[in-house]
Amino acid sequence: MNENAINDNVRSPRTIFIRRHSLVTRLTHWLNALCLSFLLLSGLQIFNAHPELYWGHFGADGDPAIVTIGSDVRGDDARGFVRIAGVEFSTTGILGVSEVDGELTPRAFPAWATIPSFQDLAAGRRWHFFFAWLFLVNGVLYLGFSILSGHFRRDLAPSSHQLSPRHLWHEILDHARLRFPEGEEARHYNALQKLTYLAVIFVLLPLMVLSGLTMSPGMNAALPALVDIFGGRQSARTIHFITASLLVLFVIVHVAMVVLSGTWNNIRSMITGRYAIHEKGPKS
Amino acid sequence: MSHVFTRRRFLVGSTLGAGALALSGCDVLDQNGDIDAVLRSAEQLTMKAQRLLQGRNALAREFTEADISPSFRVNGTSVPDSDEYAVLAEGEFKGWKLKVGGLVERPQEISLADLRKLPARTQITRHDCVEGWSAIGKWTGVPLMSILNRTGVKPTARYAVFHCADELERTLDGSGRYYESIDLVDAFHPQTILAYEMNGQALSIGHGAPLRLRVERQLGYKQAKYIMRIELVDSFSSLWGGNGGFWEDRGYEWYAGI
Repeated sequence: MNENAINDNVRSPRTIFIRRHSLVTRLTHWLNALCLSFLLLSGLQIFNAHPELYWGHFGADGDPAIVTIGSDVRGDDARGFVRIAGVEFSTTGILGVSEVDGELTPRAFPAWATIPSFQDLAAGRRWHFFFAWLFLVNGVLYLGFSILSGHFRRDLAPSSHQLSPRHLWHEILDHARLRFPEGEEARHYNALQKLTYLAVIFVLLPLMVLSGLTMSPGMNAALPALVDIFGGRQSARTIHFITASLLVLFVIVHVAMVVLSGTWNNIRSMITGRYAIHEKGPKS
Repeated sequence: MSHVFTRRRFLVGSTLGAGALALSGCDVLDQNGDIDAVLRSAEQLTMKAQRLLQGRNALAREFTEADISPSFRVNGTSVPDSDEYAVLAEGEFKGWKLKVGGLVERPQEISLADLRKLPARTQITRHDCVEGWSAIGKWTGVPLMSILNRTGVKPTARYAVFHCADELERTLDGSGRYYESIDLVDAFHPQTILAYEMNGQALSIGHGAPLRLRVERQLGYKQAKYIMRIELVDSFSSLWGGNGGFWEDRGYEWYAGI
């Protein structure tokens, strides 16, 4: 055994550091965070230009919409709403109608959630497509490196033991009680982590790219199968929006888990690579 | 422990800094010319990548009659506001002639009746607005390629510019007049047509009578309506804002394939 090996039966508690994340993982992680932030906020700017979602090949004003973020303005009174499948929710102040320079203004997503803050579709598109390219290059680098280095196989593929329903149920209960792995267990991702990361890396992020490309008339000519996969440009736009929402949900849970399971240890490991593991001392 | 605190402060500081940058700083960055130039570099990359994947003649999807949108939104100008256009419309465009000039071998003026006598192409395609909505319509018209073959194109010509009858923005200098441009790859694409019919009817004024462009691998703002004159040029620098189109002069990409 080398010096860094963990022994649950050591005589006294001690802290050891392991190298958790490779340099490429750390760099691509933060670049990815940067890209997704800009993509989300510029994406909301683009969405604001036509805040309705449809299903199928076409969809415009007058066609039945699945989701509408809108406003009713009567005189001085402005009300914002979100309508999902015919059911309307009042969202004045945040969605549909929000304050711009202290004045209630009709706009789907509020100024603080869009890049730029004021309505400017052309600028929103410039930010979006620039970061889309950066995101793509970064993602390809990460995928290539992770396949070649064995990162996926070693760190992200769940073991058959981890996939047993019994073990998964156990992990779900542990997470619900905010009990996180310690000691030897903390060396590896748990099954829920692995499955979540795999879903983000191999399902959500590729869906984002493909549904985004499907909205491009140029790409439709180059790769006609894209339109068929998503069932139309407007379906792709809706899926793009839903997938982005799922990514936001992932980031919220991800950040919450980072905070609850040792904020500074987690963040340090994603910056310097070093991750502290506490050994508890003799088992009794 | 002091280094832990500095590191912690660095982390907190950089997190807050990034947040502040994302929320308010972007407006400042947005107005910075250098940053804008960096962001704009993506347009060239997108165009080159798409052209590489498409090749010259990859076709936009064509739909069936059953796929046509029940309503097709009129966008941009709904009626060009000029006496000249009103007179043409009153005479059912019998007095209108398409002028083709600039860097061509044989400039021409072609009446609507003569355009209708040329071999036509009909295509049911999806119109994608830059705002995000789509509508499907049936378009009939003359392939631009056959017009350009009649006039001949000088070797120095690089773009076809479409000068329109409508002023989308009222300005004193006329810079609010609609115009658009495409390069010769799109000009000679088989689906690039000058449409005079929509959904089996003569093109309505709302949709661009007497003639509009369909360039099916790009977004809606390229589909110029109310075409009066086509000019072949080697650069846009002498045209209005110098960016090759009304919306391009207002910040939108010239290559609208995405």
